[in-house]
Amino acid sequence: MSQRHPVLTMTAISKIFPGVRALDGVDFRLFPGEVHALMGENGAGKSTLIKVLTGVYGTDAGTITLDGQQVSFAGPMQATAAGVSTVYQEVNLCPNLSVAENIFIGREPRRLGAVNWREMRRRAQELLARIDLHIDVTEPLGSYSLAVQQMVAIARAVDVNARVLILDEPTSSLDADEVAQLLRIMRQLRDDGIAIVFVTHFLDQVYGIADRITVLRNGRLVGEYPTAELPQIALVEKMIGKELDALERLDSEAGRDRAAITAGQPLVAADGLGRTGSVAPFSLTIHAGEVVGLAGLLGSGRTEVARLFFGADRADQGRLAVDGEPTAIRNPVAAIGRGVAFCSENRRTEGLVGELSVRENIILAMQATRGWLRPVPRRKQDELVERYIKALSIRPADPDMPVRNLSGGNQQKVLLARWLITEPRLLILDEPTRGIDIGAKTEIQRLVAQLSDGGMAVLFISAELEEVLRLSHKVVVMRDRQLVAQLDNDDTLDADRVMRAIASGARQEELEKA
Amino acid sequence: MTTTPLAARGPRAWWRVPQRQVPVLATLALLLVMYGIGVSQYRAFSNIQVVFNLFIDNGFLLVVAVGMTFVILTGGIDLSVGSVVAMTAMVSASLLNDGVHPALVLLIALLIGPTLGFAMGCVIHFFDIQPFIVTLAGMFFARGMCTWINTASIPITDGFWTSAAQERIRIGENFVTVSVLVALAVVAVAAYTLAYTRLGRNVYAIGGNQQSALLMGLPVGRTKIAVYTISGLCSAIGGILLSFYTLSGAPLIAIGMELDTIAAVVIGGTLLTGGSGYVFGTLLGVLVLGVIQTLITFDGSLSSWWTKIVIGGLLFAFILLQRLVGIRKK
Repeated sequence: MSQRHPVLTMTAISKIFPGVRALDGVDFRLFPGEVHALMGENGAGKSTLIKVLTGVYGTDAGTITLDGQQVSFAGPMQATAAGVSTVYQEVNLCPNLSVAENIFIGREPRRLGAVNWREMRRRAQELLARIDLHIDVTEPLGSYSLAVQQMVAIARAVDVNARVLILDEPTSSLDADEVAQLLRIMRQLRDDGIAIVFVTHFLDQVYGIADRITVLRNGRLVGEYPTAELPQIALVEKMIGKELDALERLDSEAGRDRAAITAGQPLVAADGLGRTGSVAPFSLTIHAGEVVGLAGLLGSGRTEVARLFFGADRADQGRLAVDGEPTAIRNPVAAIGRGVAFCSENRRTEGLVGELSVRENIILAMQATRGWLRPVPRRKQDELVERYIKALSIRPADPDMPVRNLSGGNQQKVLLARWLITEPRLLILDEPTRGIDIGAKTEIQRLVAQLSDGGMAVLFISAELEEVLRLSHKVVVMRDRQLVAQLDNDDTLDADRVMRAIASGARQEELEKA
Repeated sequence: MTTTPLAARGPRAWWRVPQRQVPVLATLALLLVMYGIGVSQYRAFSNIQVVFNLFIDNGFLLVVAVGMTFVILTGGIDLSVGSVVAMTAMVSASLLNDGVHPALVLLIALLIGPTLGFAMGCVIHFFDIQPFIVTLAGMFFARGMCTWINTASIPITDGFWTSAAQERIRIGENFVTVSVLVALAVVAVAAYTLAYTRLGRNVYAIGGNQQSALLMGLPVGRTKIAVYTISGLCSAIGGILLSFYTLSGAPLIAIGMELDTIAAVVIGGTLLTGGSGYVFGTLLGVLVLGVIQTLITFDGSLSSWWTKIVIGGLLFAFILLQRLVGIRKK
């Protein structure tokens, strides 16, 4: 492969944003007929590199060569015209137009100046048949699943004569079957000689398809490796740049002294709590300093349980007690008053004000509880903000940086900091590690462990069993909107048993215990 | 892989109407029901001339509404149309009064609207300003120009104009006017443009998702400027038809007409957010407004304000219908 000429070469690319060196002398090569994975943590510079390549951003230094000619695109349109197409996670097509038209708009087959719809439909069907997609091309694109829309986007890009195809996190919202189909299409395109840049967080997919891997970290190039010569563990190390023993240490702490923690009165006790059409009545206690993991499939009722505790939904059955006192948490304000904090799943869209600085975003909730007449003194702000930036290792560590300049993972940490600063007694984390890289994941897991050591109760919702097992004292399993098992996390509990509980309802688990 | 699980969907049954055509069919049904009510209540309603009169009385509204359809399909709005209609009629009347040759007057009148539309389109595109506010400014400007030309109504006595106004084209025992033919020609050209030209398809793409349209390399700016120019041209044609109809130019005529056209377009099934709708629907929308008016005229005892009340109710119902269709889609 190295004898051939690269179709694309990026040399010594640098890009500076106000206060951040997003890319620092990065090199990147891409050969025809390969799938090249671009890997790195959140904030490593993957997105920036792609935006520089496609002309969304200009470069501050460095050159881009396409087919031996130096290029500098003024925008994605120019890049596309030159044969560099990008398919994003969120599909950039028009949902109101038909599938066929989405593929051909701007290049419609015409006869005597009029759009030749019959010819367009025929060619669209032909093109999609080549990637084994048999759908009614006259239906509006919006009536198909995201996976199909993505494949249509790829079909368009390829038909526009793309030589370089960039797939930016295409698999994030697809299920396993859809991912398999997408990977198959990628292989087929690669065999046709197209160069594919594949950006993803999923290691399995990288090892399933990529020929080579380029790793970025903190805006710098770590290296370029043939996939076969880079074991997974080595890749992870290169991405996060530190040893993995932090994870191991957490592991050993998981079996912490559970008896001592659960000895006293529970912080929160739900007794037959439920909501018609949402969650069947369940009973659950959470003690101070205890981490309760909530496991189950998507849609099993995990988030609904959390919403009842936070008052986002109102329970219509059962009782809730805080510190042994019966109480009704009717709304989130009441919950916050009782010391409950809830980091919801879609934190990126829900919580942060992009224009405000990191400092202002972190202080927001605290200021809200104090009322606007009692501003938080600036010195106290600085002190608090600095402490949390450090504790969560928010990067860049600049409190005055507008939040929108931060990467996704770091934005999530800012939102977490906002809740932590209110010093909650019960912290509910709904999928806090989804869509973020391994390094940030480890940091958040370690943080959860620290917080519970400090006496905070944590309700931890995650789809990743390993993570739940590593952190929790008790694992609660949801299935079909019912609480089906509560498993003490002792030496005997492993992913298999939890999985069985999720799968079978695990009534016998309880029987065994009794 | 022999079958694709992603595409488990058979061919469409012949009786299943594509979702995007549901609003238009609803309007058609409404029109037929209202016409039926008219025929059953009033004996004279079944006269074919009643239908022709709908076109005669609403020809200029139809032409303006066609232009508005283009704008709304891109997700924009044009509030200047009523004023541009009035200004075109005013300019024509004033020039004819000064003895300018009618052919030249026609040419000038047809240039004013598109020029203003082009200018507004440029402001909207290059300065990235809300169409609402730009065309609001255009509306005040054009209305101001009307009174600047003359504060009073100017009668038209020119021979070409009067013959165009009074020419009756016979169809059997009934007749239509020149305006009707012009309006139908505009509808036909517009429908072809939207369905079969790149410009038309780009209009739909921009209405669907402007950002995507840009990324797909479509000429978004050019198309947006074009739709406001087209709307300006339609307003100019509408203004001339109105001056045929009234044989005068009046500075305060067609006030609020922009709202009537928007109502007609929306009742005709075009989404206010853009990307979905047909000129044929707009034609039906205009006819619905016309039938309401005719019904109230036939009744004789109802105040003409009832027209507005019924239109208000219909608009509300149609926006809800669009919402429901949209929700079902998701």
